[in-house]
Amino acid sequence: MISLTLNGKRTSIDVDPSTPILWAVRDTLGMTGTKFGCGAAQCGACTVHMNGQPIRSCVTPISAAANATLVTIEAMQDDRVGNAVQEAWVKHDVAQCGYCQSGQVMSATALLKANKRPSDAQIDAAMAGNICRCGTYNRVRAAIKDAAKAIA
Amino acid sequence: MIIDKYLHQALATANPTPTSTTSRRRFIKASVGGVMGIAAVPMLTPLAQAQNAAVLPPGQKPTETPGAFVSIAADGTTTVLCNRMDMGQGIETALAMILAEELEADWSKVRTGFGNAQPNYIDPMMGMHLTGGSNSVKNSYTQYRELGARTKAMLVAAAAKQWNVAPASLSASNGVVSGGGRTAGYGELFAAALKEPVPAQVALKDPSTFKLIGKPTGLKVSREKSSGRQSYGIDVSLPGQFTAVVVRPPVFGAKMRSFDSKSAQAIRGVRAVLPVDLDRGAKGLAVIAQGYWPAKQGRDALKIDWDLSGVEAVDSVKQLAQYREAARSPGLQAPGDQFKADVSAIAKAPRKLSAEFVFPYLNHAQMEPIACTVDLKADSCAIYTASQMPGVDTMAIAASTGLKPEQIAMHVQMGGGGFGRRAVPSSEYLLEAVAIAKAMRAAGINAPVKMVRSREDDMKAGYYRPMTVHRAEIGFDDAGNVLGWDHRIVSQSIVTGSPFEGFLVKDGVDATTTEGMRDPYNVPMKLSVHHPKVNVPVLWWRSVGSTHTAFVMETLVDEIAVATKQDPVAYRMKLMGSDPKHARHRAALQLAVDKSGYGKRKLPAGSAWGVAVHESFESVVAYVVIARMQGQGKAARPVLTEVTAGVHCNLCINPRTVEAQVEGSVVMAIGTTMPGHAITLKDGVVQQSNFNDTPMPRMGDTPKIAVHIVPSNDPPKGMGEPGFPPLAPALANAIRVLTGKKMREMPFKLA
Repeated sequence: MISLTLNGKRTSIDVDPSTPILWAVRDTLGMTGTKFGCGAAQCGACTVHMNGQPIRSCVTPISAAANATLVTIEAMQDDRVGNAVQEAWVKHDVAQCGYCQSGQVMSATALLKANKRPSDAQIDAAMAGNICRCGTYNRVRAAIKDAAKAIA
Repeated sequence: MIIDKYLHQALATANPTPTSTTSRRRFIKASVGGVMGIAAVPMLTPLAQAQNAAVLPPGQKPTETPGAFVSIAADGTTTVLCNRMDMGQGIETALAMILAEELEADWSKVRTGFGNAQPNYIDPMMGMHLTGGSNSVKNSYTQYRELGARTKAMLVAAAAKQWNVAPASLSASNGVVSGGGRTAGYGELFAAALKEPVPAQVALKDPSTFKLIGKPTGLKVSREKSSGRQSYGIDVSLPGQFTAVVVRPPVFGAKMRSFDSKSAQAIRGVRAVLPVDLDRGAKGLAVIAQGYWPAKQGRDALKIDWDLSGVEAVDSVKQLAQYREAARSPGLQAPGDQFKADVSAIAKAPRKLSAEFVFPYLNHAQMEPIACTVDLKADSCAIYTASQMPGVDTMAIAASTGLKPEQIAMHVQMGGGGFGRRAVPSSEYLLEAVAIAKAMRAAGINAPVKMVRSREDDMKAGYYRPMTVHRAEIGFDDAGNVLGWDHRIVSQSIVTGSPFEGFLVKDGVDATTTEGMRDPYNVPMKLSVHHPKVNVPVLWWRSVGSTHTAFVMETLVDEIAVATKQDPVAYRMKLMGSDPKHARHRAALQLAVDKSGYGKRKLPAGSAWGVAVHESFESVVAYVVIARMQGQGKAARPVLTEVTAGVHCNLCINPRTVEAQVEGSVVMAIGTTMPGHAITLKDGVVQQSNFNDTPMPRMGDTPKIAVHIVPSNDPPKGMGEPGFPPLAPALANAIRVLTGKKMREMPFKLA
């Protein structure tokens, strides 16, 4: 039994401790907003925040989240920065298939929490771990800049 | 896919002229997305279907039934169902826009949803359920306009009856019927409207009065897709459901000699390990577990002795040598007069060009790995997956289960990307999931199961864009006049052996191999094709044949221009001439040239222009790009800095999604040029496994992209694929200017 704070709530999860956070969240808790893309920390679709840092939940065992604070895409609309990012995503019509966008939003939100006015190069660096096969990158970049203005 | 282009031709010759009739029938109520009496689950008999359909008067075909596509709740919320699968191309929004335009709906109250495998939701031109060939808007534009207009007419008729006035005295706008001082929202009238007859003929709006069509519009599901709330096939969860992962043989089609599943069975959460029949006669194992992680752990613990005898072990290096050798001799003559020119003039031509091109196998690598949920019972089978061909899949599943087609329920899910991977003529991944469900039932496990592929599974499972070699011998004169162009293509046929063979293979040549050759250049070409049989399953991949033909055509034409000291744009314009058939090519190219500043703007030292134009799926895209080189020697790589697109897709329904499709195609095409972006085989085994060994374009690889659309009111064409083909050749042409190196291989080799 692993206890942690998930999206602001104390939560206990009874799974094998080696289970990646991704599968504990998706299969055990039924929260499917966090996506499986590669299982190898190569694409960023599974990005969540652990103790405020963006992590790849597909390779991070749930045991590493014991007593930690975990935040997933499901909590972003109630987060000032996350909400601004989501609004910018809608305004810029970022999503095509949308499958990677949970991870993109989580990476972008972590970036803006750490750096309120990122440069293009800083955005590219922070988002380099997130693959989008639909190729929405230019709109992602534009939306991040717009969200930065909104939270300034 | 070009399927519809050919089917269309077949239909045009076989289909009798529809009889004109004014007879009407009472509208049969059908709940939106719900149960309809099944007349027939569509099979691959489009000719017969079209002939039957032609007997029905206008307004009476299942595809013309408003109630199957539109529902309006009392509060005015208007739900429009999409007859296609959406994998990011935005078709659910585009078709809703078209319908809402004629319905005069309040767009803010419009919601979208999807149809199912019922006959209402077939492609009206194709006679089957299909998302592909960039044909959704093209084939359903008039259909959805008429659906909207018919629904509006029925709403007006209902209001006229209630108010006891003539329908002509009423008008409908923004979701409200009004006239004679009275108004009523569509939601108040819809129930009554359903009882009105469906009008056989409806007048459609003049395009100059369009309010929605042509206006940049965001996806209706944009908020869901920005918040994790959008559900995909991989997210499906049914009560009591298990997750299955499959061990597939290391070589396509191989079988197991023996296996040991003791360790796997001991893992917490693993329910069973079951042998299953797989694609191409292979045998493998399915690990059934409570969730993906125990299933994967169970799989990792399996010990299997594979029997690789009797299956060809492909080696890409040897295969390439064989393809090159084959290309030295003529193959099967491609059908079509444009490919049968006398090319004997090459021998005496003052200038000659000889070139060979190599294209690798490509994995679609859609972000959502393939997943398919099956709920199999004694007398029914429900399928949950993002399929582009639910009708074809239904028939395959019926054959596999022994159930009747009407006992199969396809629940088409939102697709997390597709790029062709979800339109599998063999229904491969669906049948695999069904085989697991059958094995479970046989083992006494009566529960739904979700088959999930890992990224490694997805990358190794085959169904690749075929590896392809082109060889061209071209003779031309000093003015750039092409005197003869002898061309050969070596590539596996995609559709031979599939239900599409009859439509797409002629004289032994698969049209998906040759599409995109020659046009729009009226050059004397002789084209022949070799279709080797190789133990690697292949499939269409965004823009299909044009993924390679556009590259070959547009780099070679560019080389001839430069060799004869002509501007590449001017030379293309000259080759296209004044033929009205190529007016859209010229317009798209000119727009890209004008907007980019090509020929006018001076580029910084070390930067160069590159140009290409190509038609695919009846839309034309031209690119003018700017690139520079970065790094020295082995580290040298091209950097694409700016892309200007000129697009001709006739009437553009939603410029916002057309722009998105072009932006996405640019990025995807950049990927195909990146070192390592290929699937190769050794000893029959796919050597790539995940994004660490198969690089994908990322944000830092993305250039500035500007998309410009040629204004037009002609019937709209699709844009899901046409943005892809001309990008890589435009970049290659810029690289040739920068380095003198001719890019004749994908991914690019610069060292």
